[in-house]
Formats: sequence, C-alpha cells, structure tokens
Amino acid sequence: MEQIQLMGPQGPKPKQTSVSRVGVYVFLVSAAIFFCIPLYVMLITSLKGMPEIRLGELFALPGDPSFAAWVKAWSEACSGVECNGIQTGFWNSVKITIPSVAISIILGSINGYALSFWRFKGSNLLFGLLLFGAFVPFQVVIFPLIIFLREVGLYGSLTGIILIHTIFGMPIMTLLFRNYFASLPDELFKAARVDGANFWQIFFQIMMPLSIPVTVVAVILQTTGIWNDYLLGLIFAGRDNLPMTVQLNNIVATTFGVREYNVNMAATILTAIVPLAIYLLSGKYFVRGIAAGAVKG
Amino acid sequence: MNSVSIKELDLKYQDAHVLKHLNLDIQKGEFLVLLGSSGCGKSTLLNCIAGLLDITAGQIWINDRNVTWEEPKDRGIGMVFQSYALYPQMTVEKNLSFGLKVKGMAKEEIRQRVDRAAKILQIEPLLQRKPSELSGGQRQRVAIGRALVRDVEVFLFDEPLSNLDAKLRADLRVEIKRLHQKLKNTMVYVTHDQVEALTLADRIAIMKDGEIQQLSTPANIYHKPCNLFVAQFIGSPSMNLLEGRIVGDNFVYQDYRVNLMGYEFIDQGDHDTSAYLGIRPEHLALEPREGYVQLATATIDILEPMGDETIVWFDFMDRKWSVKIHGDHQLDWGAEVDIYLDPKKAHLFSKQNEGRL
Repeated sequence: MEQIQLMGPQGPKPKQTSVSRVGVYVFLVSAAIFFCIPLYVMLITSLKGMPEIRLGELFALPGDPSFAAWVKAWSEACSGVECNGIQTGFWNSVKITIPSVAISIILGSINGYALSFWRFKGSNLLFGLLLFGAFVPFQVVIFPLIIFLREVGLYGSLTGIILIHTIFGMPIMTLLFRNYFASLPDELFKAARVDGANFWQIFFQIMMPLSIPVTVVAVILQTTGIWNDYLLGLIFAGRDNLPMTVQLNNIVATTFGVREYNVNMAATILTAIVPLAIYLLSGKYFVRGIAAGAVKG
Repeated sequence: MNSVSIKELDLKYQDAHVLKHLNLDIQKGEFLVLLGSSGCGKSTLLNCIAGLLDITAGQIWINDRNVTWEEPKDRGIGMVFQSYALYPQMTVEKNLSFGLKVKGMAKEEIRQRVDRAAKILQIEPLLQRKPSELSGGQRQRVAIGRALVRDVEVFLFDEPLSNLDAKLRADLRVEIKRLHQKLKNTMVYVTHDQVEALTLADRIAIMKDGEIQQLSTPANIYHKPCNLFVAQFIGSPSMNLLEGRIVGDNFVYQDYRVNLMGYEFIDQGDHDTSAYLGIRPEHLALEPREGYVQLATATIDILEPMGDETIVWFDFMDRKWSVKIHGDHQLDWGAEVDIYLDPKKAHLFSKQNEGRL
C-alpha cells in the first residue's frame, strides 16, 4: 500500500501548558499549604519539649523529638481535679458515638425507605415535619429537652445522650436515605411486591444491599458529627460520660500552673484523629456515595 | 370464561381523572394489547390490574375471582417491566427464585421451576451472572423468566421492549409471540408502538385520556377505525384527511367531488352532513387503476425512499399528504402528478362527534 502524505494538523492535538493552567496550580498548591500549616505546627510542637517551645521558633523542626507529651496527654494530663489524661474522654466518646451512629442510621434508613416507597396518607406531611426538624437550631430545644429527659430519668446518662444524638440525627438521615431510595427505579419495588415480598423482606433483601454507598456517607456524617459534638455532650452526658471534646477543653483551658503547649497539641490531635482517619480511609467511598444517584442494573 | 375482567374501574388523583368507568373483558389465553400515547392511562390500568395502585371505584376480577382488594402476590399474575427491574445484587438464578423463596417453596421445586424457565428462555448459561453482566435483551429475558417461574395464569407486560434497540426489539417481539403460542397464557401487554400492537395482539384496546376508544382485532382497528382518533393514531405515515361535506353519493370539498360508490356506511340513510374523509397512504395511487377515482393534481414535495417502497409527500389543501408507492417507481422531486383514490378503502368521520359514518 502506498503511504499517503497528509498536510496540516493531524492526529491528536498537542498538549499545551497555558498560563491560566499554571495559575490554577499555583493557587491550589498555596491553598493546600495554607491549610496544612496549622497541622504542621501542631505536630512539631507536640514533639518538642517545653524549653524548646519557649524559644518561640514556631516553625522550626524539633531538635530532640519525643512522644513524652503524647503519653502525658493520653494518660496523665489533668482536667479539673482528675489527672487521668484524655483517655477517659476517648472511651466515653466511643461509647456515645458507636450506638448513636448505628441507631440513627438504622432508623433513618427505615424512615427513608418507608417514606419513598410505602406512600401513606400524610407521608408527605410527616416528611415535611422531619425536614423542618433539620432546620430548627438545636439551642432552641435544649431547655425543653433537659426537662423531658429529667422527667423520664435519663438526664445525665449514657442512654440519654445516645437518645439525644439519635433524635438530632433523624431528620438528616431520613432525608439522605429517602432521596437515595427515591433515585432507585420504582419498578424495582413493584417487582418485589409482585414477587410477594413484604415490607421487611423488601427492605432487608432488596433495598439494604443496594444502599451500601449511601450508608457509608451516613456513617461518615454521623460519626464526625457526633464525635465532634461539644454542647450536647456537655449538657446531656452527665459527669461520668463527658465526651472527649469536653475533656479536651477542660485540659486546654486549665488556668493553673504552666501552660503545656506540647501536651495541649497532642491532646488536640488525639481528639481529632478519629474523624480525620474516617475521612482519609473512606473519602473515596464518600465521593462515590454522593455521586451514586442512579443504580442502573 | 374471562381471565381478566375490569368492571366500572375509576381512578382519580386529587385533580386528575386518570381512568374513567373502564370496562374490559379479557378471555382466557387471549393476547390483549393496550395501546396509546404517553399519559393515556394504559400503564396505570396495568398497574391497577397488578394491584400496585389503589383504585377509586370499580372491581377487578382475575380468573372469576374478585381480586379488587387482594395483594399483588395473591392475584395470580406475573409482571415484566420496561426497565427490567432485576435485583442488581442478585445473580440471575437468585432473581428467578426470589419470589418462590419468599413464598417458602421447597428447594427442589424451586430448582425445577428455575431450570424449566431458563430452558424455555434459553438463559441457562447465564444463571450465575449478575444483571450488570447481561445485555439488554438478556436482561429482558430474565425479567420474563421471573414472571414465568411463578406459574401464573396472567402475564402483564409494561412496555417490555421500549428500552431495546430496533433490531433486538423485533427479535424479542417474535419470541414473545412464540412464547404465547407455547404457553397459551393470558397476556396483557402495554405499548405505545403500533407495530408491536398490530403484530402481537389478538385484540387491541386503543386508549385515550383514560378511556378505551376501540377494542377490536388488529385488522378491524386498521381497516375499520371507529373514530377519527383511532384512524389517525394507527398507521404510519398516518391517514390523510380532507374536510368537506357529504352530499348524496358524493364527498364535496371546495371545487372537488369524490364519488363514494362502494363505501360501506355504518347505517343506511341520508348523510347530508359535514365530514372528514380519510384515506391511508397505500390506498392512494399515482396512476389510474380499476375502481379508483381521480382526486386531484399536486406537486411532489418530498420523496422518502425506503427500499421496498417509497413515500411521496404532497402539499395538498393546506395539509401534508402522503402516498405509498412501490419502490421501483422513478419519480422526480417537484413533478406534477395526478392522485387517484379507492373510495371503497376510504373512511368517513362525522365532523360533529368524529365518529365513523
């Protein structure tokens, strides 16, 4: 075969680095550095000793890195009169977060499923009320809730704070699951009904296996939200169940003696590590879950 | 014996009257097609039969049993959906057996039924695959299989072929017909595609605005449409129309006059009235023929060659007219030709109520 000579532009268009593209990268990199600086400062400060911190060289790397401050923050730091470190708070937070996340997701998914497939009289009104609940600032209902919990004898208990977190998580969880289920084809539900499956069989055997992406999103939202909560924990958890955030504040805000910046930094990182780890581990699923609108069989 | 009976069925939403006093009897083993454009209520009617929608008034009988208040699973129906609606996380085998398992059927019997359905539909090699690994045609086969394993009297199809490409649609259409001839079940089939309706149906029910316009055999629907809507809906290109008057034995429009000798009126007597004359593109000709009368002279606007036949379009009396001719004819765009009409094949509709005359 004879080779034909082509003139002019041919094949793939050559890639060019334009000025605007460089500008975009410069902006993105500087933004990333800007947001990383506090984390960097916290990390290196927590690894320094107090004499080194007093030199005031905020950005200098530690001369003699040591985890002493971390150990102290975890097991010896004082909040108020007790000096057991932040570990009590950590375990309290775990005890509050795990059941709250599980219960609110289970209830929210059942709500969302019922509201999107089993339309009943007043279901739209119910959904509207739930949504309204998502927009009520919770400071407004704190006082009535305190009275309510006191009357039923749950004020200042682990059960009480779990109940509170479940209630406050309900609107957003219901909304999340309802919208996800609404994006599934209606015919899937109809097919299951013709097949003879009942309310729970459709939920557990058809819908739940399909809602893994949205469940991951729900777990992330609820875990970070409940772990980071300060106000509700302070008010409702009671003295023995104070979550990590409250205890961190007590340690950092202590006004006695020397302010141990390295211990404070270590305690703060320890508190932040759970939500941070969850984002880093499941960020991929988070994006996928939010983007997973249509399930095309 | 009626397999499905719909009696005085009404369905209203807040402000919409979706189905209006519907009555419909479907015989045992009959293939009935519900045909209409989108929004006419045909899918809604099917969902009512399946028990997936609550009705406002009336009754639904299946196999001489009043099932108006029964759950879908107790009605003795199987349903096939447009989007296939296969359970994405289950294999084909699990998809087929899900309904039987939910019912609590013995494992051995489930296996037998699944094998039988898979054999009939030739999906045996696919049993261990997930729906996402199947092509559109295979998915629809599995969806049909899911209705098949239920061993029911009545099959409901909700636009089952609309998501497939043209070639597959034609193939699967033939298969559904073959399946019906083999199983002899009652089948109710919803579609907006008139070719599917004409080829598959024993009887077609044409729907518009929640009412059945005509219920008859495909041949009757095509050759004796009962009103103007049905006449215009069925046939491609659609029927050509003229507005005029019937005067004695003639249809008169402006200066033209068509002799109606040979037209069979529904009722005898005087028909001195305003009317539409309709004629299908294949009942017109561009050369004189036995029994044809000359209609007019017109200029060719567009030629659409389709291989076996050619559709010739004219601008005529402010309407687009089409004539179907044999594909061998050579015609030129812009030429002036005479149009001839077969009055025996014409259709007359009253201008008043648009009913057939």
